Amino acid sequence: MGKNLTKYYKNFKALDSVSFEIKEGECFGFLGPNGAGKTTLMGMIYGFIFPSEGEIKIFDIKLNDKNLPQIKKRIGVIPQDNNLDPDLSVLENLIVYARYFDIPKKEATRRAMELLKFIKLEEWSNINVRKLSGGMQRKLIFARGLINDPDIIILDEPTTGLDPRSRRQIWDKIEFLKHSGKTLILTTHYMEEAEKLCDRLAIMDKGKILVIDTPKNLSDKFGGNLEHVYLNMTEG
Amino acid sequence: MNFKRAFRVWQRNATVYKKLYRSSLTLNFFEPMLYLVALGYGLGGFIEEIMGMTYIEFIAPGIVMSSAMFAACYECTYGTYVRMVYQKTFDAVLATPISFNELVLGELLWGTTKSLIYGTIIILVISLFGLIKSYFAIFLIPLIILCGLIFASLSLIATAIVPGIDSFNYFYTLVLTPIFLFSGIFFPVEDMPDVVVKLSQINPLMHLVNISRAFSYGKITQNFIYDLTIVIVYLIVLIPLPFILLKRRYLL
Ligand SMILES: Nc1ncnc2c1ncn2[C@@H]1O[C@H](COP(=O)(O)OP(=O)(O)OP(=O)(O)O)[C@@H](O)[C@H]1O
Ligand SMILES: [Mg+2]
Repeated sequence: MGKNLTKYYKNFKALDSVSFEIKEGECFGFLGPNGAGKTTLMGMIYGFIFPSEGEIKIFDIKLNDKNLPQIKKRIGVIPQDNNLDPDLSVLENLIVYARYFDIPKKEATRRAMELLKFIKLEEWSNINVRKLSGGMQRKLIFARGLINDPDIIILDEPTTGLDPRSRRQIWDKIEFLKHSGKTLILTTHYMEEAEKLCDRLAIMDKGKILVIDTPKNLSDKFGGNLEHVYLNMTEG
Repeated sequence: MNFKRAFRVWQRNATVYKKLYRSSLTLNFFEPMLYLVALGYGLGGFIEEIMGMTYIEFIAPGIVMSSAMFAACYECTYGTYVRMVYQKTFDAVLATPISFNELVLGELLWGTTKSLIYGTIIILVISLFGLIKSYFAIFLIPLIILCGLIFASLSLIATAIVPGIDSFNYFYTLVLTPIFLFSGIFFPVEDMPDVVVKLSQINPLMHLVNISRAFSYGKITQNFIYDLTIVIVYLIVLIPLPFILLKRRYLL
């Protein structure tokens, strides 16, 4: 999927010739210290950040300006940063977002209510998002990323800031999505989350991928639990 | 570039505006009304006639254009900047099938729409004052759209190059205020020193004001073609720039 990806911000090398392949239907996780380049890499996968060098292929198609809209139709993004529309209500946020995908209003409303029910915010649907707590906003961003029923879902720290019960709800949903054949690409700082959800993991540091393997193989090969492996490998 | 997707961006801004317009609508046309009343009647009391018109007749068509100009400018400086930097709306939009150029086009057309809204309100108000004297005034509507496109583009250029939101002060004080004052809205620029006359020839608002006056009173002279040509040249030169410059700023 990604080959020799390098990214410079001005003179700073945020990604250094990163290569990886994510299989259809798997959950692939990126671990790594703050500033390792995870978010930069996620942005590249959905065409938001342009690689300085290297290329990205999705569904075996090399990303370019022409095919990007078609491909992005099938991608769902749960970004790390909060970029909800603060002037709109919970429901309006979902409807406006669905409109970007040309989803008709009726269908968008149906999907939105379904998602709100799942994240337990249906009673908040007409409330301005400014009035939501941080975790509630986080869950809304999660729901928003699923409104287009995507085949590939990019989750940049999906459960950061969530209470234990909400986190479990999100995990259940992610498991469910995996079982329905979706491809999931995830970053996280929680080792148990990575272990529980991911089929394979890449550990990154300073813009490089250090290793790619299954969580089990990583523990076996390098000894100790995943957190040990992680702490031994990275310096960041 | 797909216009439907650009329209989605426009629609997003319209949805937000519909929720908030009550607080901004009244304020935004209060200011032009102040100019019209305070200067038109106040200063107008000391001026007998200017180019064959009463003073309020003289300034009203210009106020239509300056309101349209400032509406697009506020939207495409502060409005766009907040969406781009603080609210990260651009990030959200670009995670969907919408491309960067479609996003910029949506912003440009929304800024133009704000011109249309505020310009049209002022037309309605001045026609209540009895200051619209010709059926040609219907052409003020497309003229407002041209005015909106020019100043939305110019403002998006400013948004692309300012280091921070405070820097818009320079744009307003050093660019827009002189454009506003030396546009022939309040006094004919021809009587000013030579250098002002020459500079005002490159003032897009002056040409828009000239055309606006011609339409309002149905007095189309041969200057009309000249003014319109300059306006079109501005459109052709300015419109591509926000696409290039915003992309350079935003997509690293
Ligand atoms: N827009 C930008 N301009 C300049 N440098 C940037 C930009 N975005 C990221 N960087 C730099 O690139 C590096 C990688 O950042 P990135 O956000 O990808 O890290 P991350 O692995 O997602 O970290 P975190 O775990 O904190 O989210 C960092 O050193 C960061 O300072
Ligand atoms: Mg990150």
